[in-house]
Amino acid sequence: MALPSFQVETQTKASAVFGIAAAAALLIAFAAPLLVSRGVIQDLFFILTMLVLAQNWNLLAGYAGLISVGQQVFVGFGAYAMFGCVILFGVDPLVAVLIAGVLSTLLAIPTAFFTFRLYGPYFAIGTWVVAEVVRLLLAQWKALGGGTGTSLPRDATRDMLGVGLMRDVFDMKASQAGDALTYWLALILAALTVGFIYRLLRSKQGLGLAAVRDNEQAARAVGVDARRMKAFVYLATAFITGIAGALIYVQKARISPDAAFSVTDWTAYVIFIVVIGGIGTVEGPIVGVIVFFLLQNLLAGYGSWYLLVLGLIGIGVMLFAPRGLWGLVSDRTGIQLFPVRRMLKGGSLNQTSKGGPHG
Amino acid sequence: MSWLDTVVQGVLLGGLYALFAAGLSLVFGIMRLVNLAHGDLIVLAAFLILVLVSALGLNPFAAAVIAAPLMFAAGWLLQYFLLNRTLGKDILPPLLVTFGLSIVIQNGLLEGFSADSRRIFAGSLETASIGLGPVNAGIMPLMTFLSAVAAVVGLNQLIYRTAVGRAFRATSDDPLTAGLMGIRPQRIFAMATGLAMVVVTIAALYLGTRANFDPTSGPARLIYAFEAVIIGGLGSLWGTLAGGIILGVAQTVGAAINPEWQILAGHLAFLLVLLFKPRGLFPRAVD
Repeated sequence: MALPSFQVETQTKASAVFGIAAAAALLIAFAAPLLVSRGVIQDLFFILTMLVLAQNWNLLAGYAGLISVGQQVFVGFGAYAMFGCVILFGVDPLVAVLIAGVLSTLLAIPTAFFTFRLYGPYFAIGTWVVAEVVRLLLAQWKALGGGTGTSLPRDATRDMLGVGLMRDVFDMKASQAGDALTYWLALILAALTVGFIYRLLRSKQGLGLAAVRDNEQAARAVGVDARRMKAFVYLATAFITGIAGALIYVQKARISPDAAFSVTDWTAYVIFIVVIGGIGTVEGPIVGVIVFFLLQNLLAGYGSWYLLVLGLIGIGVMLFAPRGLWGLVSDRTGIQLFPVRRMLKGGSLNQTSKGGPHG
Repeated sequence: MSWLDTVVQGVLLGGLYALFAAGLSLVFGIMRLVNLAHGDLIVLAAFLILVLVSALGLNPFAAAVIAAPLMFAAGWLLQYFLLNRTLGKDILPPLLVTFGLSIVIQNGLLEGFSADSRRIFAGSLETASIGLGPVNAGIMPLMTFLSAVAAVVGLNQLIYRTAVGRAFRATSDDPLTAGLMGIRPQRIFAMATGLAMVVVTIAALYLGTRANFDPTSGPARLIYAFEAVIIGGLGSLWGTLAGGIILGVAQTVGAAINPEWQILAGHLAFLLVLLFKPRGLFPRAVD
């Protein structure tokens, strides 16, 4: 008797439709600087960079089980590395952004060396200590303004790679072209980040990662090298977070240690985005960042009440809907836009059967 | 300033850090919960003492005596109704809920008390000092240190000599079996957090009378507390005291070399311990 032929699939009907819609949305998003005002572009830039940070934190906490409250170290260090390259060596800001990513990855090696020695919850505070150490050290660097910070030289951003071209082609002012350029880069970075994480999670390594998260001992028993996987994810997120940090500060053009290493801006917001949207899914941070942006605009006039409300919502979601808004939607409708779960199809099975928790 | 003097000041400062850390250490020891809002709860207690002092015209020490049972109740309720729901095998919920709590407390205090720096005035005690052989020590730092020692002795007596302490240890070892013996782990956890909040109130009293504080001072206190716990080794309160002292001495020595290096020197001491003794200097717990 011939064995029925089974097939492992990860694609769903919704995901195929969504893939086409996403490609169309991406195209429209690319045309945005020609269609909407500069204020909207700046808002979109903010949303996209927060999305990148959120996707990275989600990969760390939701998939690799590395709950960090110190990711601001890579935002701040990436930003400072970019400033250093531009101010001290006259490197073009866009090239400096890439260098910042590489330097952030290098920083992640000693950081991982220290923090990986700490057990679960203490890892979280350990990452925070490292962020404080790097902040205090950079605040001593007088060439970059010390504790008060410094600005990017005006002509550095005005003569940035591509700005001249955009001025000629689209007839934009230098500042407008600069915003459009950083926006496009943020869009590319966001698309690549989501693509990278999605591919990683669908790959063999992603399966190993999910196995480690669900049961580290069992995963090790079947030959998954948990430590190596975690280290890889940690370094990869450091690279992307460093690039995002540098890009954010190309757009801001002014830096200070307190702002660049802010726990609130680069970690608290990011954690709330992921938790509210849905931790452990690729869709979650996307939903979260939209909700976050709407809430921010709604409560902008209320000062610290805004963060207080955000904190309460975060606690409420964690207690009553631990898989976030997207988890609620997905549970009710079964829709998965970025399916990473493996499903067995074909053979004598009439219906699909799930391959294991989130795996 | 002589080196001996610097070291003595550091040791006394370490008492404050040990007080910050004792509550964190206790809660972790009993329920493996790391409370990221610990520092903010210290600041909250400091504001509570400040309100009692300014509204009722009380002496700060009397105010702390009133604040302590209030904080115990707050801790008990917090643990029983909120944090107990997050305990489990997964470490994510307790971390994220306490992180959210930290943000809520900080911004609540900002709304209530503005971002101004505050201080609890303790009258002539603040400047009083006595000579200890070749060095002079302030009365307040000395009291801080003695309170830290008293807190460690008191907690150890409670944990190893009383029925409640036995229940603490039993629940820490195995909540399920402890439950079979008629202990209700949920209440034991609530009691432990309440107790931690009493220590937090003592810490807040000395924090507020020694230096300025504002609603955003919490996270730095959490970090000092955490460093003291890790330097000392998990699960040992005497180790936590030693960890606090090492941190305090590192900070004052760093500050003596260059005032900008005070905080950094403390962090570096912590990283050095983590490098050579990842389980701390006096570890006791297995995990």
